[in-house]
Amino acid sequence: MPNKGKILLNLDHTKLILKRFALELIEKHQSFQDTAIVGLQPRGIELANALKNEIEALIGSTIKYGELDHTFFRDDIGRGDIHLPKPSKIDFSTNDLNIIIVDDVLYTGRSVRSAIDAVMSFGRPKRIELLVLVERLFERELPIKPDYYGVLVDSRNTNNYVRVDWESNNEVQVWLLENKENE
Amino acid sequence: MSNPLNHLLGIKGLEKSQIETILDTATNFSDLLQAPVKKTPALRDITIANLFFENSTRTRVSFELAEKRLGADIINFSSSSSSVKKGETLIDTVNNILSMKVDMVVMRHPAPGACIFLSKNINAKIINAGDGTHEHPTQALLDAFSIRQKLGSLEGKKVVIVGDIKHSRVALSNIYCLQLLGAEVMVCGPATLIPKHIDKLGVKISHNIDEALKWCDVANMLRIQLERQDQRFFPSIKEYTKLYGLDLERLNRLDKEILIMHPGPINRGVEISSDVADSHHSIILQQVENGVAVRMSVLFLLAQNNL
Repeated sequence: MPNKGKILLNLDHTKLILKRFALELIEKHQSFQDTAIVGLQPRGIELANALKNEIEALIGSTIKYGELDHTFFRDDIGRGDIHLPKPSKIDFSTNDLNIIIVDDVLYTGRSVRSAIDAVMSFGRPKRIELLVLVERLFERELPIKPDYYGVLVDSRNTNNYVRVDWESNNEVQVWLLENKENE
Repeated sequence: MSNPLNHLLGIKGLEKSQIETILDTATNFSDLLQAPVKKTPALRDITIANLFFENSTRTRVSFELAEKRLGADIINFSSSSSSVKKGETLIDTVNNILSMKVDMVVMRHPAPGACIFLSKNINAKIINAGDGTHEHPTQALLDAFSIRQKLGSLEGKKVVIVGDIKHSRVALSNIYCLQLLGAEVMVCGPATLIPKHIDKLGVKISHNIDEALKWCDVANMLRIQLERQDQRFFPSIKEYTKLYGLDLERLNRLDKEILIMHPGPINRGVEISSDVADSHHSIILQQVENGVAVRMSVLFLLAQNNL
């Protein structure tokens, strides 16, 4: 268990949010004929997978699902940290599809910006939407907003950060921690 | 990667984990090259000079395409049309190019060690695209990548390098790279084309191609480099082909499938016959295709590390 933190979302709460996401998405995208879920590497994959299972159980058929790495589209290559890519697995053209990008936490918005470019390299989608479990407010560096979010966290004037721990069997806990360095 | 790359001067001196990182990242680039849009803006603020002091088609085009796919700005330079002909030294030539704010240099040079010399004297990242008979690291990496793609892993695989080992930078880089990744290496050719102390590198030596082919999982056929041979190393091309050339008859005598590779350019009918080069055993064109992904990977990883 991390030090100096509080639980932002427990398992039951996360399950409720997943159910809500699934219902909201089905309401908007119905049979998912023209819609695909794309999890963002590395930390959006678990959520995207859980969401895919939830939706498929509700509509009774399989949906298009992909995993996307945006490393090659980052805007900070050569500016410090070394970034190594994880695999992308998108075995369908994104042409004329509604793409729902799924990530665990939205903070500065830079990952999502590069993810949009990465999606575009697989085709020209009809529409791209963004779904995140935790929306960290007020520290955005780009004009990006989620279409669906689980909870809101105020990020002003803090060193707080959010950690999402996925266990096996889709068990998850979301932590709000005081300081990354002190963990 | 345990140790970040500063330059890519040769395979010697690299760690296994560094090679694995290059190959893993190349897998991602290989996927990207299959996507409808094959370009990324990752190196958009990087300028790369391609300095070719020796003829090259495949390597130069492959590097150029890799750089363009990564969004870098590039300058192409070949010695035949430059002031090198007027007597300018290597450092002067390169420093003049670097004063135009170049971040990386890809260099091919006829002198062994030219890239090492350059890396000690100028402030840019250097990638060796072949230095004389010394090393050709990106060729070895793309060869390893191509074998891994076909066979899954290099661990325990048996690779024979056939032909002109003495004049081949590809052979030396391949030996280092394959051994680091856990493969066994044999060199095969006439005694005059096998360097004297090559056994010190831990490779097997054979002068009989049929035995070598029976032993191996992969055969890498090297080109007979007539341009580097200032004396005669074998009586005639015809005799070389008879003793060491790979043709379909020789291949069909084996009771197993092996992969056939060649770094190019091919002397058709000399070290390899056309029916073998164009057969399903051969992965020669996949090697060329993989060359772009592997070079993108090297450029991408080097560009991330500030010297």
